[in-house]
Amino acid sequence: MARKVLSGNSAQAYAARLARVQVVSAYPITPQTSIVEKIADFVASGELPAQYVKVESEHSALQVCLSASALGARTYTATSSQGLLLMHELLHWASGMRAPIVMGVVNRAVAPPWNIGADHTDTISQRDTGWLQFYAESNQEVLDTVLEAFRLAEDPAVRLPVMVAEDAFYLSHTVEPVDVPDPAQVDRFLPPREPHAVLVPGETARLGSFTGPDRYVDFRRQLARAVREVPRTLAEVEADYARVVGRDLGGPLPTYRADDADAVLLTMGTATTTARGVVDDLRAAGRKVGLAQLRLFRPFPDDTIRQLGVSVDRLGVVDRAYTFGPSGPVATEVGAALYGVSRRPLLTSFLAGIGGRDVTPHEVRRMFDTLLSDEPPSTHWEDLEEEAAVRG
Amino acid sequence: MAKLTIPAEEWMFSGHAACPGCGPALAMRLLLKGLGPRTIVSVPACCWTVIGTPFPTTALRVGVLDNAIEATGASISGLRAAADALGLADVTVVGFAGDGGTADIGLQALSGMLERRTDAIYAMYDNEAYMNTGVQRSGATPWGAWTTTTPVGPAARGKPEPKKDVMGIVLAHRPVYAATLSPSFPEDFDRKVELAKGLRGPRFLHIFAPCPPGWRFDSAETIALGRLATETGVFPLYEVLDGRLRITRKVSTLRPVSDYLAKQGRFQHLTPEEIARIEAQVRTDWERLLAREREDGPAPA
Repeated sequence: MARKVLSGNSAQAYAARLARVQVVSAYPITPQTSIVEKIADFVASGELPAQYVKVESEHSALQVCLSASALGARTYTATSSQGLLLMHELLHWASGMRAPIVMGVVNRAVAPPWNIGADHTDTISQRDTGWLQFYAESNQEVLDTVLEAFRLAEDPAVRLPVMVAEDAFYLSHTVEPVDVPDPAQVDRFLPPREPHAVLVPGETARLGSFTGPDRYVDFRRQLARAVREVPRTLAEVEADYARVVGRDLGGPLPTYRADDADAVLLTMGTATTTARGVVDDLRAAGRKVGLAQLRLFRPFPDDTIRQLGVSVDRLGVVDRAYTFGPSGPVATEVGAALYGVSRRPLLTSFLAGIGGRDVTPHEVRRMFDTLLSDEPPSTHWEDLEEEAAVRG
Repeated sequence: MAKLTIPAEEWMFSGHAACPGCGPALAMRLLLKGLGPRTIVSVPACCWTVIGTPFPTTALRVGVLDNAIEATGASISGLRAAADALGLADVTVVGFAGDGGTADIGLQALSGMLERRTDAIYAMYDNEAYMNTGVQRSGATPWGAWTTTTPVGPAARGKPEPKKDVMGIVLAHRPVYAATLSPSFPEDFDRKVELAKGLRGPRFLHIFAPCPPGWRFDSAETIALGRLATETGVFPLYEVLDGRLRITRKVSTLRPVSDYLAKQGRFQHLTPEEIARIEAQVRTDWERLLAREREDGPAPA
């Protein structure tokens, strides 16, 4: 184990190197670029003996990974925002082909207007493509989650691609101390990929193919089974990671001081750190508030959400994205998970931090105030410019 | 009698789903004869998606990877990268895409693959329209041709734009090797495939692939029509190796282009003036090809 000072983007690159990826392909986009630059350095220095295919678009980057994966290689790519949107068609291909690709995504706002700030709309709008989606709070978590992602993606029960998302600039370009495991540790945790259902030169096979209604549904059903296996497999993978590397990431929804809380705020990504500080401050002032960090957005951990739901009266969900739904996208999912549960909390959807706006401690305190007010609203946009103007 | 040079072994099963007289089926059959079994073929959405037969069957005795229609160039870059990473150096990686998937929607990925010098073969089988979707015009449809999206009527005369010069686009990338091939000339076809197989770097094959239902001709005439295409100068056979162009099927006197057009329903509406216009273009292109060959000169000994 070596302690290094790394940005989130460097953490992605170090994790890809530790995972001994065999094929990397990428197209540059702000703020992902320093990931692919770092990997280029690792390849140039010989520290990462991978094939690095520099392509003419994100669409091609993902196709390179897909096709390389179809021959059995371990593959990695990284992108952000518009680049991820361009990949959309191939995201479906990757899950349908059961390709265990791991992709780093730097969450960035979607144009127009152009904006390179942190915003989850890019990944959230790929929620229906069959990729697992993790959201990291810290650079340490970025590195650890990328390593876990390879194990999970290649697990025989799962065999699905995984995105590991990090907030633009708050993580991608901010350095923090990160414990980097030794290669030998990682090798024990993550052995070489055992290819399954891949093309073998000289053997008759077809991957992809086409089917009519008679067979297609069975492929979808198999995907559904794989998705359902994720929570159990994630628990195994995380237990193994804790045993070998010494860090337990806490499953899909780690909570903080939530057990006896009157109100819990659910966050994804870096807003979590700010909210944790506010929880401590409010607890010190005698208010019973808590926090839940949603690490895994796809598949959505319904069971874990329901366990949280029965233990709390007021639940606020912070969404760093607006996706045209009745509330913030994560809040909508939380609401759906809680539907039908006899005892469920009042739910408030907070839209905050959109397009790189800071989610400040002041704002988080206001969210708790709103949550604990007599009649919390169902949806609330935090800190709008127009409201700021009215406030003066 | 000429010595039979085409490998006898078949890597395509007889049980496939092509139409009778299908040019693309012949193209695949001949291509694999030249490439042999240690070949991985990446196939985008095209006629061959269907010709290759549905899951759980396959019409080819090699590994086949389906890919999105616009992604063939990237797919073969990925296959090559994996083959190199996994120590499978002897694998021949081939993209086998239609003209729409190459000249139109797949042009960017093709350009990328050529530019990054992927060690693979990209084969475009050219049936001059989107045939799998039912004969819609593509960038590779020739001027004046009827298709379902370039119909003929009082206000329209078939496709109003000329055929896209895919070979010209490919040659601008300076590939290691590029050639035009026709199943009607199987010895020439096979020689080019085997030559391409032995080279390293990006290689491009433009394969003429007549489509009886799409071009509206008798499915028994596929081979004859392919010969006419070359003998009239509509589809000349040539290759470019190390930047040097050589015509591999010399035609001393081009036959009138009407011999080729008259066989096909898609050109039946053309007037003598319109046919004369096509004739003039074909002859200009042929003269340019001859001039380029003269200019390049013979390969150094």
